[in-house]
Amino acid sequence: MKTDREPKARNFHQAKWDESVIFELSRKGERGILVTEIEKEIEKCVGDGTSILPEDMRRKEPPALPEISQMRVLKHYLHLSQQCLGADLNVDIGQGTCTMKYSPKINRMLAISPKVTELHPLQDESTVQGALEIMYKLDLFLREISGMERFTFQPGGGSSAILAMVSIIQAYHDFNGETHRDEIVTTIFSHPSDAAAAAVKGYKVITLYPDEDGYPDIEALKKAVSPRTAALLITNPEDTGIFNPQIAEFTRNVHEVGGLCGYDQANANGILGVTRAREAGFDMCFFNLHKTFSSPHGCGGPATGALGVREELKDFLPVPVIEFDGERYFLNYDLPNTIGKVRGFYGVFPAILSAYAWIMNLGDMGLKEAANVAVLNNNYILKKVKEIRGASAPYAKGKHRVEQVRYSWQKLTEETGITTEDITYRMADFGFHLWSSHHPFIVPQPFTIEPTESYSKDEIDEYIAGLKKVVEEAYREPEKVKTAPLSSVVHKIDQSTLDDPEKWAITWRAYLRKHGKGD
Amino acid sequence: MKRLGLIVNPIAGMGGRVGLKGTDGPDILKKAKSLGAKPWAPDRARDALRKLASFKDRIEIVTYPRTMGEGIVTSCGFQPQVIGTIPETTTASDTKRAAQDMRKEKVDLLLFAGGDGTARDIYDAVGNSTVVLGIPAGVKIYSAVFASNPARAGELAGLYLEGTVREVIEAEVMDINEADYREDILSAKLYGYLKIPFEITHVQASKAGSPPNEKYSQEAIALDIVESMSDDLYYIIGPGTTTKTIIQKLNLDSSLLGVDLVYKKKLVDKDLNERLLLEQIKAKKTKLIITPIGGQGYLLGRGNQQISPRVIEQVGRDNIIVVATRNKIDSLHGRPLLIDTGDEATDNLLRGYFKIVTGYKESIIYKCV
Repeated sequence: MKTDREPKARNFHQAKWDESVIFELSRKGERGILVTEIEKEIEKCVGDGTSILPEDMRRKEPPALPEISQMRVLKHYLHLSQQCLGADLNVDIGQGTCTMKYSPKINRMLAISPKVTELHPLQDESTVQGALEIMYKLDLFLREISGMERFTFQPGGGSSAILAMVSIIQAYHDFNGETHRDEIVTTIFSHPSDAAAAAVKGYKVITLYPDEDGYPDIEALKKAVSPRTAALLITNPEDTGIFNPQIAEFTRNVHEVGGLCGYDQANANGILGVTRAREAGFDMCFFNLHKTFSSPHGCGGPATGALGVREELKDFLPVPVIEFDGERYFLNYDLPNTIGKVRGFYGVFPAILSAYAWIMNLGDMGLKEAANVAVLNNNYILKKVKEIRGASAPYAKGKHRVEQVRYSWQKLTEETGITTEDITYRMADFGFHLWSSHHPFIVPQPFTIEPTESYSKDEIDEYIAGLKKVVEEAYREPEKVKTAPLSSVVHKIDQSTLDDPEKWAITWRAYLRKHGKGD
Repeated sequence: MKRLGLIVNPIAGMGGRVGLKGTDGPDILKKAKSLGAKPWAPDRARDALRKLASFKDRIEIVTYPRTMGEGIVTSCGFQPQVIGTIPETTTASDTKRAAQDMRKEKVDLLLFAGGDGTARDIYDAVGNSTVVLGIPAGVKIYSAVFASNPARAGELAGLYLEGTVREVIEAEVMDINEADYREDILSAKLYGYLKIPFEITHVQASKAGSPPNEKYSQEAIALDIVESMSDDLYYIIGPGTTTKTIIQKLNLDSSLLGVDLVYKKKLVDKDLNERLLLEQIKAKKTKLIITPIGGQGYLLGRGNQQISPRVIEQVGRDNIIVVATRNKIDSLHGRPLLIDTGDEATDNLLRGYFKIVTGYKESIIYKCV
């Protein structure tokens, strides 16, 4: 239905429950399910089911799990779900770098069908030919999309894929007797996990800063590379949405000193069918299936970082890889230089299946169309955001961007005292996410928007109307913005303990201990 | 209840408005006034205090009479505790006395509105015994003890007093010779360090961790440097809290503001001037470890002039090791590091890219102009 109304941020009021942590809801002896006693006939055949466990594997004390009935569990999690914003609930374009595209429900239906969920990874190959075929064919698709020679789906997400890339880099140089290579180069606008994975594997990390226009600085790269360079790990386009036009020069400079080039393509959404890793000179790349290929975001898993390499590195991939001999699909564990396993079994099959279905639905022209629409959407937003008072898009003045833009509220902050953090809280009052930036905040008062191809112009206009409304408030009644969120879940996160080892807690047990509530 | 001290240097900044590049000393003040200069610092202090409006019932403000704080504090709706006495026209000695009195009053934080000259006076009075923060209101702001603008000073003061910001760092106080400055010669010395609250900008916790704090970063840098030290080489270690952490890591006794020389992880000499440095490193393979000084990203030429063009020539560009925390670099928001050795040829030699050690096994490539 076409509407002529001015787009506006809609009123929204979120549920707010005074909800305890599930451990606090625990009542001694309360149960969700009462497990029946084992029947005599069964016990006669298989024993009591527990005494088969070796003595030293049995707990002396039961685990300190919450004791709670089904109904109360259900209510607890429904309350929590009402206090969230989900991809299916809002115009989710404010989580730049996350690539929040729509995941078609039909693909989900396939992924949760018993034909998938009841598969066991130890089944005989002959009984899972269909699943192996899907994995093999997704490998073929991704080879075409990237120009690489072989993919593995074993890494459990983007950072896991980066770590696998660095493991391959290390194994490759070790194999060639070049163990002195101890430096990995990356850029400040590449994903922080590129630097982190290199550090985990013991490399020295050299980070390049952008030039005045926000492009990765080729002169800085030339200063960084040397015979000690093991590899370059880089994103392109970077978080700024700027495509590095000299990327082939970057890879050439690294190859000249004997280093390898790894392409962080977690998000390749703006360049599908447009550019490929091979032509840019990369030796390996990976895709996050949940970003570029629409398998749903799992919020920490389960995901797949599909990692592909060139011919020269095929033998270093994790095992097994999936092969086809013309008649049947099979698991090949026989790679002479394999880095071994990076995760159990073969990959997260529901994610692999969803990505396969998404690509099959779109076809090659459809993939390119998705990229084109994502870029078009992004540049429409770029124009609209630049019209908003106090907002700016640093770097690459007058140029288009690829799939996302890192913007700045610096001027707004200077004029009103309202920070990007304040605005993110107030946007939640209209049912929107707005995300700032990875650390460090090179762009002052940053925010990052990435629309993908999924959203209509009407929805994008609604989001822009939300931004405009909050900015108007920032200039007119800043206290309102400062005290937000007002109609979303009314709380602010106290971040003061995050840097304090005495106070931070990632488990309930640690929380009780560190906050003086434990035994 | 937390106590906030406030000192306004009422004449700070007046020279700048009438093109005098500073207001140090009574003669210049007279000249500034004759040129029609109006007080500026009180307005800047007001901009900072406005950010503390919501703290009205939670903090107690201690200040000096009339133009040195009382007027502004009262006009912002606070009821301050006023101490001390001042003459009609104030001078540096009033600032120093005020700061000493604030220290005796045990303020939790001392806010002061002024410029580099005011910062020096505060340093003379309280040293590192009191946590302070500068509201930029002077003509010259080369010291790193100032917030980026008055509103930010007010906000940071609030965050510190309520306990949200807890980290305190030592920031450089610079001594700029104002007479030279007026002749367009910039001779800056490192004068000392004041303790200031330090906030790392947090990213939203859901998507990325917090950056390491300043002390941890400096420790990590020091560890990297110490591990890579060679017994064949002499190491000149320039001024700065980041470079001094290296000396501490070696358990050596360093000069606070000066240039020290280390060989085989032992101190050869400390607080060397240019001549002594040149004598010591003559015909020896030497590395030079330096860090940007002050709030504006000067790598050389501000506060480390002992490391002269001749010293740099002797050491060689490739033997310069630059260290800096990521927070320091990121606070430049992409602006390059600056060089001003006073010698064009040396400056040209140093321009370009430096590898800067920013942590343990971590470095960046950064531009210098």
